[in-house]
Amino acid sequence: MKARAIVVTSGKGGVGKTTTTANLGAGLARLGEKVAVIDVDVGLRNLDVVMGLEGRVVFDLIDVLEGRAKVRQALIRDKRVENLYLLPASQTKDKEALDPVRFQELVRHLLEEEGFDRVLIDSPAGIEKGFQTAATPAEGALVVVNPEVASVRDADRIIGLLEAREIRENLLVINRLRPKMVSRGDMLSVEDVVEILGLKPIGIIPEDEQVLHRHHPRGRAGPRLHQPGRAFGPQGDEPRRHRLYGHRPPHPRGRGAL
Amino acid sequence: MWRRERSKEKAKERLKLVLAYDRAKLSPGMVENLKRDLLEVLRRYFPAQEEGLSVALEERGERMVLMADIPLK
Repeated sequence: MKARAIVVTSGKGGVGKTTTTANLGAGLARLGEKVAVIDVDVGLRNLDVVMGLEGRVVFDLIDVLEGRAKVRQALIRDKRVENLYLLPASQTKDKEALDPVRFQELVRHLLEEEGFDRVLIDSPAGIEKGFQTAATPAEGALVVVNPEVASVRDADRIIGLLEAREIRENLLVINRLRPKMVSRGDMLSVEDVVEILGLKPIGIIPEDEQVLHRHHPRGRAGPRLHQPGRAFGPQGDEPRRHRLYGHRPPHPRGRGAL
Repeated sequence: MWRRERSKEKAKERLKLVLAYDRAKLSPGMVENLKRDLLEVLRRYFPAQEEGLSVALEERGERMVLMADIPLK
């Protein structure tokens, strides 16, 4: 994937944008890229807690956009994953505070002047101002979709909006697949989703209890990074980050509890 | 031979239909109203004509097309 500024979006909420952003960010950083992940929600903060960094938030995106902090002060370096940085969302409810022009400038600054290789932009759900701001600097998009009707419908809408913005490097992430249900014919298959939406998938991620477990551990939250060769979650992410580079990973099979 | 229709086939059908309307920025309700209005106009010219009018969305290559089928006696 050539795009360096990538918006992770879906339309529908709750399909796995934030988890995908965190995982992919970690995966790319593990491959040697300097990655910034930015939480662009307005008023709700998710990326920090999914990454286990919530205790280290001092400044946020709006602080940077409004000049109260320099971006280097706001960026949180993930101590477990080299080259991975988080810019947390603001908890203000003021939608107007997110200026698309300033945000675009910030992303440009990160890529051109702060030496980042990729910026992953975690978009809020919906098609309103939050998404629009998140998409403004994007050169490409990852559309996260679950294999079910409501999600596919919303993904189709989002794809239309991305293409209207001339964002053309759009790739699909099919998340929360249940291979056993697919073989029984009770769930849309990867082929069905790809046929309907017309985008190439770069990642196929099965439903995995472990992802939730990593959000709510008895110890510290965060990715299963100490497992060699893996970012967050199951085999889905390792293949996916290699797909960003154009390798062809094997299709995951449903096995046990995944 | 009896074969249970897999629920995903139904889901796929529904999706394709709803997306056809979404992409054309039409609602099924709008199409129903259009059909009703067309029928009224038709009756003015062909007072005896009642049966067989159909109005539906069709995919023609890249484009969505609204097709009206008006059989004349």
